Amino acid sequence: MLQFSKFQTAAILGLILLAALFGAPNLLSESARNNLPGFVPKGTINLGLDLQGGSYLLLGVDTDKVIDDRMKGLMVDLRREMRPVSAIGKERIRFDNLVYNDDSGVVSLRIANEADIDAAADRARDLTRGGALGLGQRNYIVSVNGPAINVTITAEARRFFSNEAVRDSIEVIRRRIDPAGNKEVAIQPQGENRIVVQVPGDDDPEALKALINRTGQLTFHAHDPSVSVQDAAAGLIPPGRILVPFSESEGAGQLPLVLEEDPIITGAMVQTASAAPNPDGAGFQINFAFDSSGARRFADYTRNNIGSIFAIVLDDQIISAPTIQSAITQGSGRITGNFTAMEAAETSLLIRSGALPAELKTLEQRSVGPELGADSIEAGAKALIIGFIGVIIYMVVSYGRFGVYADFALIANIILIAGALSLFGSTLTLPGIAGIVLTIGMAVDANVLIFERIREELLNGKSPINAAEIGYDKARSAIIDANITTFLAAIIMFQLGAGPVRGFAITLAVGVVTSVFTAYFLTRLFAGGFLLAKRPKELKL
Amino acid sequence: MYLKLIPDNTNVQFTKLRFGAMALSAVLIVGSIIALFTHGLNFGIDFRGGVTIEVADSEPIDTGAVQGAIANLNLGDVKVQEIQDFAGTDEAVIVFIEQQEAPAADGSETAESVADANEDAQQQAAALVQDALRTLLGDDIEFRKIDVVGPTVSGELVQKGAIAVVLAIGMMLIYIWFRFEWQFSVGAITALVHDVIITLGLFAVTSLEFNLAIIAALLTIVGYSMNDTVVVYDRVRENLRKYKKKQLSELLDLSINETLSRTIMTSVTTLLALIALAIFGGVVLRGFTLAMIWGVVIGTYSSIFVASPFLLATGVKRDWSKQSVAVTP
Repeated sequence: MLQFSKFQTAAILGLILLAALFGAPNLLSESARNNLPGFVPKGTINLGLDLQGGSYLLLGVDTDKVIDDRMKGLMVDLRREMRPVSAIGKERIRFDNLVYNDDSGVVSLRIANEADIDAAADRARDLTRGGALGLGQRNYIVSVNGPAINVTITAEARRFFSNEAVRDSIEVIRRRIDPAGNKEVAIQPQGENRIVVQVPGDDDPEALKALINRTGQLTFHAHDPSVSVQDAAAGLIPPGRILVPFSESEGAGQLPLVLEEDPIITGAMVQTASAAPNPDGAGFQINFAFDSSGARRFADYTRNNIGSIFAIVLDDQIISAPTIQSAITQGSGRITGNFTAMEAAETSLLIRSGALPAELKTLEQRSVGPELGADSIEAGAKALIIGFIGVIIYMVVSYGRFGVYADFALIANIILIAGALSLFGSTLTLPGIAGIVLTIGMAVDANVLIFERIREELLNGKSPINAAEIGYDKARSAIIDANITTFLAAIIMFQLGAGPVRGFAITLAVGVVTSVFTAYFLTRLFAGGFLLAKRPKELKL
Repeated sequence: MYLKLIPDNTNVQFTKLRFGAMALSAVLIVGSIIALFTHGLNFGIDFRGGVTIEVADSEPIDTGAVQGAIANLNLGDVKVQEIQDFAGTDEAVIVFIEQQEAPAADGSETAESVADANEDAQQQAAALVQDALRTLLGDDIEFRKIDVVGPTVSGELVQKGAIAVVLAIGMMLIYIWFRFEWQFSVGAITALVHDVIITLGLFAVTSLEFNLAIIAALLTIVGYSMNDTVVVYDRVRENLRKYKKKQLSELLDLSINETLSRTIMTSVTTLLALIALAIFGGVVLRGFTLAMIWGVVIGTYSSIFVASPFLLATGVKRDWSKQSVAVTP
């Protein structure tokens, strides 16, 4: 039990050295790390947002609305399919009761003449042909039920479009909060319809949320002067017209405008947008440029509507409503509202980054200022050092020479934890530091079990070497059983816990493994080396 | 001679004390359950939803004025608590706002739109409080911490927390069952449930904030208490093999005494580390650390006085060399 081959000794010490190598970059400054040669590990332990300061946001993507929008779009397409405007080879099919039920997710319509049902179902099938998921699959299922035709989206397609909405949202968020791509932001999907955003060091979470939570839907609408604003406000608004208020930056005094609901151009056709000082007056303006199809449409529209007003609408608010002076054919333009520099920059960023597929809800926010983070590190480090010293002294007082061995094991333990956390690139949180401190207290347990056992055997009159042999042997099952239970608890914590609790679970689990390793191998190496070399007649323990 | 908290050859007849211990445990458990029902737990925003904002200022903060300014916002229950800043230079207070509910509008809303509106209401409340604090204390204040938890997430966290504790205990039950015998398994779990209930009781009585970190503490206590129990059980199993004819109560006493030194030693080192955390680890960890300290004490007690005497009640398999039926003492 006490003897180790040269190879075993090398393996044990080598592993600890390796951990020290992986852990060492944490002690260096960032510039010193960058100057290290390529083969040296440079990974460090990531500090959690609670330690370095920053914001954590859990966002919910309204994927139901994405599906609803899709189904409503389908409803419009179905109407057009049954009532073609210019009937080229297609008869009109009379129907009524075209509805979308957002609870069941079914679009249904009733065909007036029984004879038309098959033709109508065929048209619906043609319309919904093709799958985003691959050949031979359909996104929608068309079924005939008496005079009614029902169109439902398949579960696979629903999941596909939901995932797509989440992925698209992540891209849009990234473009908004990290346009240059040089920040250490983490944006990840979580579950089916959630996104976790982690931004370190950002001390204004409100600005961050304002940037993320706006849909950023930009549209250009024609003005309809034939409907009076008073009538519209009273609810007398014809179909296809909407009443849209001005944004606050445009001055609250302005009356809303009645606009055509179908936009001339959407934000998707805007290629670039940037903020610049307004050359003709105070404030800032936003310069933008269309892509080729947008440019063509805009040129056609402005050419035909000189003298009338059109409105630029961002998230259901008019940000500018200029009068068309001349045809704009170069495919670019400017929005001159009463923007401040900040507003202009934010708005142009919103336009550039594109629209979110659906509104995002902030479900959870955790923000920590950098000072509190620094305080937490200091407090955690202090507790760690003091707890460490306390345990080290106590072990020496209790076990003498063997206590020193256990203390070496404890130090090796810290090195191993630091190495493992650096290697895995784990995130260290404040509860994670608590986990390490707790590990220090509990790590000596395996050694205590062994030493107490050796003590017992010595009392029973065994020789030191014999007692140590038996001690290590007999303590093994207790060590394994006892540590597996703690390890199980840590795994459950990791599986079910959120951010900080996970940090605790990781350090606890790593600590359990390293403490068993150091107690069972490292102290045994020391103790065995001492006993076999000195062969003491009696052992004080 | 080295420090020995437990002298060699200590022989306390723990099983004789079991009735006293049972009475003590019964009182603690009944007391905890009563406290849980009458006081309830002081759930933090992790589980209840709401807003917590910690604000620091270089000048002294008038807690009453803060309370008043925020009460004016009509956000329901407001609590303002002064805290000790770590560096001791700044004044800091924590403001708690209960979970907000969006006002019911015209009855046309669906369950979904209400849920959405409630999520928004939390965010709006958080923004309102920040504005109010800036107006009251000036723009130079520092928001050290802003936590906003909406109803969806808080509901999930309650569920996850409860599942985690139950799952942990269940896994221990199965593990011990496989490694030992069912009597051991039931005894160990009884001790765990005992520890968890009494720890919950402590939180009910003291009104300390019960949050996600406390769930982590509970799970660690479960692991720790189990660890302690397993060490004693391991020795019981060994002695069962060694002394085939010894009375079970004597055998249990022997096993507990033999492992007592280790039990106390490990508790002391763990407590040393925890006390360092409690004193120096800062406010954020305090609830967690107190729970852990309490749990270590209770866990140590329960493995000696609950888990082991439990085997006396159920009896254990005496002959571990081959298949055999349980023999009651």
